[in-house]
Amino acid sequence: MSPIVFLVLAAIGLVGAVQVVLQRNPVVSALYLVLAFMSLAGMYVLLSAPFLAAVQVVVYAGAIMVLFVFVIMLLNLRHDIDDGLSHVARRILGWAFALLLAGVFWTMLRGRPPYGPSGEDSPEVVAALGNTQAIGIRLYTDYLFPFEVTSLILLVGIIGAVVLAMRRTEMIASIAEPSAPLSAATPTSGARPAAVIGEPMKTGSVGPESQEHGS
Amino acid sequence: MKLPDVLTGPVPTEWYLLFGAALFVIGVAGMLVRRNALVMFMCIELMLNAANLTLVAFARQLQNLDGQVFVFFVMVVAAAEVAVGLAIIINVFRARETVYVDEVNRLKG
Repeated sequence: MSPIVFLVLAAIGLVGAVQVVLQRNPVVSALYLVLAFMSLAGMYVLLSAPFLAAVQVVVYAGAIMVLFVFVIMLLNLRHDIDDGLSHVARRILGWAFALLLAGVFWTMLRGRPPYGPSGEDSPEVVAALGNTQAIGIRLYTDYLFPFEVTSLILLVGIIGAVVLAMRRTEMIASIAEPSAPLSAATPTSGARPAAVIGEPMKTGSVGPESQEHGS
Repeated sequence: MKLPDVLTGPVPTEWYLLFGAALFVIGVAGMLVRRNALVMFMCIELMLNAANLTLVAFARQLQNLDGQVFVFFVMVVAAAEVAVGLAIIINVFRARETVYVDEVNRLKG
């Protein structure tokens, strides 16, 4: 029965992935990407990895795609330009990728790949322990150091996102006057706070176009 | 009605690998064809997910849970990467009023 489920999920996932590339509107692309992620979550269940299926739905289809849709809405893209490729070039590219895919398929189907020896985590062992618990034990013993490094990566992600997304004037104003609320520094008129001009480090890095579109 | 044998047993690992390869190639094609930075980012996510599926498929095939732990790490890195990358795209949009990579060519010289 599970091969039928797999084929249905694979069809849904392929349609979603192709539509991500083909749709003109980025919001529609994002929604089709959610569809592809959901089909992948179903495949994780088929592969007896329920923990990863839950994480796939919560983190990918939930958090990451919400971030995507939020940014798309935030940017308010007015025009949708043509992708700049002629139809001939598109056709050539399409055939090239179809050939690439066919080559990959042919290599895989030529024979059973050498899978190597089986490990000790047989389905019975994992089922007796519980999939989530088995992953947790592995994560906190063998992979403790990479797990801690992961927390560092997330910290860098948080700080990087905040620093990059904050407007330059707001950031410098908040550094210069920590008591001032951030919204007070929003450039409504053309006037910039004096602290921005006086900051010796920042004056060189401000390009002319970022000053034009600063407000 | 009797189903053929291939539709009743467990799913062969090769099927997952083929689906992962198809997903990856679609991601590569989208990355190269589309010019919208946001859609290109989505195509990167698609490729990461194809690699994840392959890892989980091999984790089942080799009866080794390390593959699933690795997928967990890949998801964490992808989350951090999306946060920083989307912030960069917002910054580019603020500076250039566009997210189309053909129009962001200041560094081209």
